[in-house]
Amino acid sequence: MKEKKRPGKQAPASLEPSQKAWPPHHQPRLRVLIAKPGLDGHDRGAKVICRALRDAGMEVIYTGLRRTPEEIVNAAIQEDVDLIGLSILSGAHNVLFPRIMNLLRKRGASDIPVIAGGIIPEKDIPRLKKIGLAEIFLPGTPTQEIIQWVKEHIPERSKKKAINS
Amino acid sequence: MSRSQSQLKRKLGEDTASLRRGLRRWERAFKEELGLGGGETSKATSISGRPIKALYTPLDLKDFDFWRDLGFPGEYPFTRGIHPTMYRGRLWTMRQFSGFGSAEDTNRRFKYLLSLGQTGLSVAFHLPTLMGIDSDHPLAQGEIGKCGVAVDSLADMEILFNGIPLDKITTSMTINPPAAVLWAMYIAVAEKQGVSPQVISGTIQNDILKEYIAQKTYVFPPRPSMKLVVDTFEYGAKEVPRWNTISISGYHIREAGATAVQELAFTLRDGIEYVEWALERGLKIDEFAPRLSFFFNSHNDFFEEIAKFRAARKIWAEVMRERFGAKKERSWWLRFHTQTSGVSLMAQQPYNNIIRVAIQALAAVLGGTQSLHTNSLDETYALPSEQAVTIALRTQQIIAYESGVANTIDPLGGSYYVEKLTQEMEEEAKAYIRKIDNLGGMVKAIELGFPQKEIADSAYSYQQAVEKKEKIIVGVNAFEMEHEPIPILEVDPTVAEHQLARLREVKRTRNKLLVKQSLADLKRAAQDEVNLMPFILKCVRAYATVGEIMDALKEVYGVYEEPTTY
Repeated sequence: MKEKKRPGKQAPASLEPSQKAWPPHHQPRLRVLIAKPGLDGHDRGAKVICRALRDAGMEVIYTGLRRTPEEIVNAAIQEDVDLIGLSILSGAHNVLFPRIMNLLRKRGASDIPVIAGGIIPEKDIPRLKKIGLAEIFLPGTPTQEIIQWVKEHIPERSKKKAINS
Repeated sequence: MSRSQSQLKRKLGEDTASLRRGLRRWERAFKEELGLGGGETSKATSISGRPIKALYTPLDLKDFDFWRDLGFPGEYPFTRGIHPTMYRGRLWTMRQFSGFGSAEDTNRRFKYLLSLGQTGLSVAFHLPTLMGIDSDHPLAQGEIGKCGVAVDSLADMEILFNGIPLDKITTSMTINPPAAVLWAMYIAVAEKQGVSPQVISGTIQNDILKEYIAQKTYVFPPRPSMKLVVDTFEYGAKEVPRWNTISISGYHIREAGATAVQELAFTLRDGIEYVEWALERGLKIDEFAPRLSFFFNSHNDFFEEIAKFRAARKIWAEVMRERFGAKKERSWWLRFHTQTSGVSLMAQQPYNNIIRVAIQALAAVLGGTQSLHTNSLDETYALPSEQAVTIALRTQQIIAYESGVANTIDPLGGSYYVEKLTQEMEEEAKAYIRKIDNLGGMVKAIELGFPQKEIADSAYSYQQAVEKKEKIIVGVNAFEMEHEPIPILEVDPTVAEHQLARLREVKRTRNKLLVKQSLADLKRAAQDEVNLMPFILKCVRAYATVGEIMDALKEVYGVYEEPTTY
């Protein structure tokens, strides 16, 4: 064997920082809604993200498949979430995401940040960010990168409540 | 033992004492070179997490029996292939799954693919059609023509196959809950071309079980859905005898995260479930079994995939002959289509996907597939561009005509490694099949959420292995770099408008009374639990839409909602 450094032998990428970063259970945990708009049934990514966020100490609410913008916004408000994650692979993001963002605004909930992932052409990303999506994660994104993003961009729940009051 | 006998044993590698000595000698050299201590071993696993040894020898095949496990191509248990000639007789069908935009757009793409030398058609419908709703349904907004071609009524289907002689081409249609409806439309188009249903040939996917398990394009609850599937078996056996009325699919099970063995086991157990339901209806095994076909994924782990295809043929032959007592050889055949793995394609450095597809396609060919779809390099972004799909098809043609692998049947047969993997996968898949038998069958297992949970667990473990770099993905968690955006297909934004206009026009000009009557008849037939195919055909010929037909059935069968667990 020529290559001494085989993939299996490399030191595992550290999982530690983000796992430690989340507060212990007595502190209020971040609440995240993972939602599937669109007609596609590809839920592998959404479910992996749900488990990863849960394992990183967040409370995750999963909508299940084929939710309308109205259902997603209702769930986000009722569940009082700190973040909405949209997963879509059907190609309907350019129609459905603006409707979700508009509805959030209409319902006075545009302070809830929205991120998304799925099959989304790179050239659509600037337009989606312009309508208010905070970040788009493409296929192949490590869950740790998403967790890191949440840690950096979403204030801890205890702090947020303090700011609000 | 005489001297000549022991010499022969040595020559054939059957002298276990000398093999053991040789193995120990090699092991010492191997460990020394890798700098491994006494108890340490060099560990490697397949993409499915299966432990893989660095070397396989005849000692791994001690219980291997040539006639029981391998045999000859075209002979039971068909491990080496279902035909005696395999690719010497006829190459696999090169069948690219395609569909986007309007029926006109896809008709043009079909003709383009045929002009490139493609040998069969495969239709991708847009999501509203897959879900059995029309383009004017509120949930269809933003989806029209996006993931496939928009088909609402027979009018669209007529355009889709315009100028394509249905007696000369075989067509595969990926369609599940409304499979009977789209099949009826295809039959109706053939009739309009003057082609008898007795001669048309192709496949409807029609595999509802894997929808609940993995792809999640379900409409009705499992039991009435199974009834509809058996209706198509029964109708097809008599009226459309050259049609494959089901394509029992592991593809989506694998894409959802299953391991190779889970894909193999759940797919074959689904097959068993369909057979049991059909027998329950009173169908004769040898009348419908030859029309069952399969559809597998070909993923990155080359040898594991080849072993999976070989094990699949062997297990199915045994199931059909021993478990169900099928007498016809054709009933024992596991004929399958393969698609390279969509989920293995990466958005990062997308041209690397060409290489992934080539390796996966080669595995499918070495595994003896009957037809093949090669994915395009740009599919993590959008539906394939013309340029990308051309490369994908050329990949198959290079394998077929340049690589030489089609010259010899089952060229890896007899490889210690491949035979051992085939045996292991067979055993593990059979253990899963027994487990599902014990749960009361696949419908019951689905209702209990068993396969769904197994798959979600595997998907999560794999993702964790990638993130810990236990599994390397080139360009994603190693060898990363920036890449230029690639050109991608853009679906004509006016498709939705045109589709809605055509739908309005169809609804305006058709015989409204006939539509109403045929839908009412269908609903009554559903309540009476008779075979629905003739009634669906009547609806379709009257230009009732997919949505209208499915709505009539929803009123009788209800709709399915899965528990939202992760």
